[in-house]
Amino acid sequence: MSSSILRTAARVLMPLLVLFAVFLLVRGHNDPGGGFVAGLVIAVAFVLLMFADGVEAARRSLPVSPWHLLGSGLLVALTAGLMPVFVGRPFLTALWAHLGPERWDVLVGTPLLFDIGVCFVVVGVVLTMTFSLVED
Amino acid sequence: MELQLAIVAGVLYAAGLYLMMRRQLVQLIIGLGLITNGTNVLIFTSGGLTRTNPPVIPEEMPETLEPFADPVPQALILTAIVIGFGVLAFSLVLAHRVHKASGSDDVRGAS
Amino acid sequence: MTTLILATLALAPLAAWLGGRSAKVATLLALWPLGLTVWFASALRILLQGGVVTDHVAWIPSLGLNLSFRLDGLSAVFALMITGIGTLIVVYGAHYLDGHPERGRFQASLFAFMAAMLGVVLTDNLFTLFVFWELTGFTSFLLIGFDHEKESSRRAATQALIVTGAGGLALLAAAVLISQVTGTLTIPELLSDRGLLTNHASYLPIVVLVLLAAFTKSAQFPFHFWLPGAMAAPTPVSAYLHSATMVKAGVYLVARLTPVLGGTLLWELPLVIIGGLTMLGGAYRAVQETDLKRVLAYSTVSALGTLFLLLGLGSEAAFTAAIVYLVAHACYKGALFQVAGVVDHATGTRDIRRLAGLRALLPQTSLAGLLAAASMVGLPLTIGFVAKELVYEAGLKYALSPFALVPAVVVGSALLGVCGLLAGFGPFFTPGAPPEGSHRASAGLWFGPLTLAVLGLLFGSAPGLTSGVFSLAASAVAGRSVEAHLALWHGLGLPLGLSALTLLLVALLYRARKLVRARAWPRSLGFERGFTGFLRIMDFISGRIGPPLQESSLASYALTFVLSAGTLVGVGYYLTAERVSLDGLLDVRAYELAISGLIILGAIGAVRARTTMTAVLCLGTSGYGVALTFLLFGAPDLAMTQFAAETLTAVIFVFVFWQFPRVDQASARLVKLRDAIIACGCGVLVTLLALDSATLPTTRRLSDFYAEAAPSLAHGRNIVNVILVDFRAFDTLGEITVLVTAAVGVVALLRIAAAERQGG
Repeated sequence: MSSSILRTAARVLMPLLVLFAVFLLVRGHNDPGGGFVAGLVIAVAFVLLMFADGVEAARRSLPVSPWHLLGSGLLVALTAGLMPVFVGRPFLTALWAHLGPERWDVLVGTPLLFDIGVCFVVVGVVLTMTFSLVED
Repeated sequence: MELQLAIVAGVLYAAGLYLMMRRQLVQLIIGLGLITNGTNVLIFTSGGLTRTNPPVIPEEMPETLEPFADPVPQALILTAIVIGFGVLAFSLVLAHRVHKASGSDDVRGAS
Repeated sequence: MTTLILATLALAPLAAWLGGRSAKVATLLALWPLGLTVWFASALRILLQGGVVTDHVAWIPSLGLNLSFRLDGLSAVFALMITGIGTLIVVYGAHYLDGHPERGRFQASLFAFMAAMLGVVLTDNLFTLFVFWELTGFTSFLLIGFDHEKESSRRAATQALIVTGAGGLALLAAAVLISQVTGTLTIPELLSDRGLLTNHASYLPIVVLVLLAAFTKSAQFPFHFWLPGAMAAPTPVSAYLHSATMVKAGVYLVARLTPVLGGTLLWELPLVIIGGLTMLGGAYRAVQETDLKRVLAYSTVSALGTLFLLLGLGSEAAFTAAIVYLVAHACYKGALFQVAGVVDHATGTRDIRRLAGLRALLPQTSLAGLLAAASMVGLPLTIGFVAKELVYEAGLKYALSPFALVPAVVVGSALLGVCGLLAGFGPFFTPGAPPEGSHRASAGLWFGPLTLAVLGLLFGSAPGLTSGVFSLAASAVAGRSVEAHLALWHGLGLPLGLSALTLLLVALLYRARKLVRARAWPRSLGFERGFTGFLRIMDFISGRIGPPLQESSLASYALTFVLSAGTLVGVGYYLTAERVSLDGLLDVRAYELAISGLIILGAIGAVRARTTMTAVLCLGTSGYGVALTFLLFGAPDLAMTQFAAETLTAVIFVFVFWQFPRVDQASARLVKLRDAIIACGCGVLVTLLALDSATLPTTRRLSDFYAEAAPSLAHGRNIVNVILVDFRAFDTLGEITVLVTAAVGVVALLRIAAAERQGG
């Protein structure tokens, strides 16, 4: 299933796709994008790599196993939900904070953390499924 | 434009349901995929359609907002797409197992 | 109180663990119900000062679901019976089942049951009451079926579950009707506007449903048969559930709702008639039985009938009598059941024809039996005597027809007295030798019955001790303040004469007990046979209907489902739809048409495909078409997600489907035609529905709110994303959990396969 064109294309495309996904994730709150799409795009990137170089290579280039990504994603989303509980607000209330110097003021909130969790889960789900199907 | 999407939803449903009543798991799952798409189009159409403006508010908030697409059905569908993918993948693996275990993917007798 | 009930439930696993150890260790478990008893007893002080103990926990406030509990006089009497007798039963059960391999399970079920039963009598919400009511039924199913290896046990447990469960459904229906009429389900609020219900058109069905629930739970004619059947349970269970607690839940329900629904002939007459019939019939059956536990079971049925009868009399005197009788019955019947258990344990038989002369062998037990029997017969100085006097007094005051009622009550009491002697006196004091191989009983066994019997004596000889609490309970039933006059000596009068007559009758009948047993006719009216017959008919019907519907072919399930769903939706659409006007819907652009055409072609291609790969490609084509459509109509988020998901779907399809490439178009032509017609019909319906809802004048209030709130409240301008991660983040959390579950399922399936391959 692999040809040298595909292999080269995949290696070039992979980092670009991941970068694009991070971009989608971060800007998701204000412009089209978000955790679901970002997760799917990252998954596509690794599936592409899997087609080109095989499952082993794809697994190796992923810093954590998709199986762990699955659980940690859920945990991250849950943490985002629980953070307001510790300051006495209802579960999943959004908390916001201004970070950075005044000129480059960045607004950071738990919804972003939640979206990151969603993204992890989606990547984990897709890659767990495809990797184990292919290995089967 | 609603009419044409309503017809699209209808066709997707008809094709999906027809495939789901076939005897092979392959067809059943492809039917499931078509129905998922049909449902999404159905919800999308039901909310009313708007060309061009997505439900994203411009950076400088104008006095009056331009008409924009309804975000509520979109949020529903976004969830539905991903869930639909999960369900489809799961049933595919199930089919894969049935096929391996029984050597056939005929659903007669698969209860 | 919420904490106490939930803690009792939470302690069940601990009970399973401790209960599985030696009897001594298991006895420690009794500390918890003992503590509860002390708690409720100390709460009595507040009640006697005119207060009420309430506890309100908002459970899901946004749905209006609350856990609220309320302790008043009536609840307190029941709660004390549940926890007090519960304490004794934990001790008794620990010794009775000592060495039984499953004894831990017994204690765990007992704790769960205790929590459920406390919930029933303490909640002030009818819906919560229903939930706890069903929980008692469920836990009692576990307890009756404790010896689940025995077929008879299982049958008895199922029978009790079906009968009382059906009653529970009636209770639910009644609760729904009541809330429709009054708009509330909390009992204090119901009490405040009672005229509303009694004058409403739904009053008749409400009364019928409530009484049905009460009569099934409390084993009233013609549903009485499950209670003697439930004697398959170990004796501690019978002593707890079938004398003092669960079977009285029906009585509690009627007593609780009397101030809301009572005071009318429609409410009182069925209670008097069914209660009276059950009282006589149960007592009559009881004296014919030879099995110690069945004697007691039928006498319990009869006593429950008496309680309903008293509640139906509707006078303050009758309510007071009912409360005192309730407690008296719990004391002596709980004791006698345990005595029967000790006798069974020590001799190995429960046949009253074979039991004799056990006094020397079981001295403490025989004392307990004697005291309990005295109370059941109604000898002075016992609470049974006090209760009986009050019952006669109430009967004589009955306005409708005291002349029919009083003789019936006297006969019923006399027969019950005989039962008391048969169970508490006969086995010990009949001259004769104990059965072969009888042995002594440990202190843990006789402690429970003796305590209960002595309590009966204490309450009877010092009535001032309890009259305050009984007044409170009777007031709760009457809905107004009632003063209970309990006394050792009610003075020379008709009630005393009737009591004397009863004692005489008991003595005569007991002497002639063998004759009574031999001459009995009819033995059974056959309701149990009717019930099993009914079940058999149901089995037969489902045996006929099931196979054609379940022909174990996925395609036919799909057909059944599609056809019925399509028909339902279609009929609904036909009945409600208005004519859709197509104005403004026909504004079409060429490239949009082209994309729609692509989707349709993809769908048709998928149907007609000969190879799997073609079908997958066609599916993908239509999916990409849908993504483009999203892009055209202002949904870039959806478009991106759809593109990515569609790609990944195709990949997974390819990995799975390369193994079975052929698509078999083997169905018969006619079958295909039929399916095509059904599918097209559904498709047309979907189109119509879509048009219908697209043209409905919908408000965009929700969307406008989100548009308004997204930048200001949630600091986000992409409304869709804000909805997903902020406004409705809880839904999203649920969704990703579903995704994780699907992934875990996939991995599990594949691992099982791998393991099978290695193993096979």
